Amino acid sequence: MSFSIKKSLTKTVKLSVTALAVSASLLLSVPLSANEVASDLEFEASGNIAVEQRYFFKEALDPQQLSHSQTSLSVEPELYWQWNGGDDSVIFTPFYRLDSQDSQRTHGDIRELAYVHASDDWELRVGIRKEFWGVTEFQHLVDVINQTDGVEDFDGEDKLGQQMINLSVVNDWGIVDVFLLPGFRERTYAGEDGRLRGPFVVDEDNVSYESSAGQQHLDLALRWAHSVGDFDLGAYWFHGTNREAYLSPSSLNTSQPSLQQYYSQMDQLGVDVQATLGDWLWKFEGIHRRTTLDDFWATQAGFEYSFIGVFESNVDLGLLMEHSWDSRGEVALGAQGSLMQNDLFVGARLAFNDMQSSEFLMGFGSDLDHNAFSFLIEANRRFGDNLIASFDVRLLQSNDKNDLLYTLSNDDHAQFSLAWYF
Amino acid sequence: MLTKKILISAISALSLTLASNAVFALSAEEQKGLDISIEAKKRDLGWQDSTADMLMLLRNQQGQESIREIKMKSLEVENDGDKSLTIFNKPRDVKGTAFLSFSHPVDADDQWLFLPALKRVKRISSRNKSGPFMGSEFAFEDLSSFEVEKYSYKYLGVEEVNGLTNFKVEQYPVDENSGYTRRIVWLDTLEYRVHKIDFYDRKDSLLKTLTFSDYKQYLAKHWRADKQEMINHQNGKSTELKWSNYNFKTGLTDSDFNRNSLKRAR
Repeated sequence: MSFSIKKSLTKTVKLSVTALAVSASLLLSVPLSANEVASDLEFEASGNIAVEQRYFFKEALDPQQLSHSQTSLSVEPELYWQWNGGDDSVIFTPFYRLDSQDSQRTHGDIRELAYVHASDDWELRVGIRKEFWGVTEFQHLVDVINQTDGVEDFDGEDKLGQQMINLSVVNDWGIVDVFLLPGFRERTYAGEDGRLRGPFVVDEDNVSYESSAGQQHLDLALRWAHSVGDFDLGAYWFHGTNREAYLSPSSLNTSQPSLQQYYSQMDQLGVDVQATLGDWLWKFEGIHRRTTLDDFWATQAGFEYSFIGVFESNVDLGLLMEHSWDSRGEVALGAQGSLMQNDLFVGARLAFNDMQSSEFLMGFGSDLDHNAFSFLIEANRRFGDNLIASFDVRLLQSNDKNDLLYTLSNDDHAQFSLAWYF
Repeated sequence: MLTKKILISAISALSLTLASNAVFALSAEEQKGLDISIEAKKRDLGWQDSTADMLMLLRNQQGQESIREIKMKSLEVENDGDKSLTIFNKPRDVKGTAFLSFSHPVDADDQWLFLPALKRVKRISSRNKSGPFMGSEFAFEDLSSFEVEKYSYKYLGVEEVNGLTNFKVEQYPVDENSGYTRRIVWLDTLEYRVHKIDFYDRKDSLLKTLTFSDYKQYLAKHWRADKQEMINHQNGKSTELKWSNYNFKTGLTDSDFNRNSLKRAR
């Protein structure tokens, strides 16, 4: 697609969304008597408060990093208002974490602050929101809208809120979503004192962009999703700021070398497919990304098989296997590329289906090109009606100095957390 | 062209004969069991859509209790199974989780789960019929809508339950993934309301008994029990279901049962 076409498409979509947003707000501002609104308005508050204790088994590679123990406290309330029988709603979900060791991990975010209007066959969503795409478990390749809150956890599943105008239209042939994404969020990284980082700290202040608009670049995404029989399909085009930064050392001569973030512009096409065939879930995610520095394909594909009620108990056992591939292949540490260029993941999930919703998950990842592996255990259960206890163990090993896991090989850790839900 | 037409009508005539033969092949008890079930289904047709709140009380052998608070929205679909949206409110850690199901009388149901923490919609396997629902003594299949095609039948006679004369009908699940070999169902002869169900496990021993009470009639037609109690005879646990805020013909349509409505369900 040529640049001019893209540009005009961007403009047209932008215009029509703006027009729709305006007409929707006009429609919604049809005068209602104050009483009517008041009697119809419903409010709900919920959320959770959690304490988390991490213990790293080995001393840190960098003496600046915390030695063994890291404690933190997090709070995430959710405030929700709805009226017109739920057709209009506002949600506000702030988040804050206080960390005993890593000042970068002590951070706050607005996960959601959005207004949603739902009509019969379309929805308009305006504000800060979270949008997830994808079907696989070990890597979320096609999920691209929200920036990763990298300092939160190791799995990259925590996301920062993203400003957006999203129009979603339901058709017989699928749901079409148009996203206008003003305002880019920079990824969060562990600080000097933090663990789970490479030898160099990522500089949070020295950030550059390919686009002259910098953080203000207006990103655009268009997605189609549909269910046809046993198949769930999705495809999208994303045009805007790459959520993954290119990291380069500032200057190796200084006593404190750090990594500078550079965010390029990218065009990405993505597809996700899941076939749900009896006890089998077959999954595929694929992307093609083009930036000024890069042009590559990547896939994540695999299956999940469930045994219902193993050994005549109520326990369900799920077996998972996925393979990651990236056309860039093996890359040197520091060069842009993927950790998951030819990696195999296997996992087992036990759901006990008891009153306490006890669950146990085990995963093993292995790089097929060189000797590197990761191993994780997750276990959790409910105590009483409101308390969830979780226990996690993560082990990371690599013999290849080029591998990011090599630089994290002293960061094996166990984590225990208690979360109170209200 | 003409020959093709004749051939088609000949084939349909043949299949009709086969179908009626199949019906005639039923014994008197099987036929009566089927007729009662068809009548029970027929008497409840035309509810269009409904919403209701469900409170689940889980009790273990030691008498410890745990609560599940759930909202249900259902849509009647002609010539197919119903569509339903199940929204979880308690326990609080699963608040916002929602479950969308398009049920089919014989084919596998289509089911999606919305996980609010990740904002993820996940298509799930509907094979899990026999597993416990939310750690309760209700299996998924105990909570799905009744469709005549899901069972074969045998009429066992008449018995008194809750002071009413009841038909006693044995039902054999057609689906091989069912956790039961059979169910014995008691329906009153007056209104064809279910009063009691005995469930027999895969080894054909009595597993659970479900009793229905506090029936109320809606729109002068549809009977719903406000209370259901499931007792598991093998593990001593029980689950009580309390229904409230039943509403019918609220104007729900297909558009209230898609991926988008699943994501914003409350």
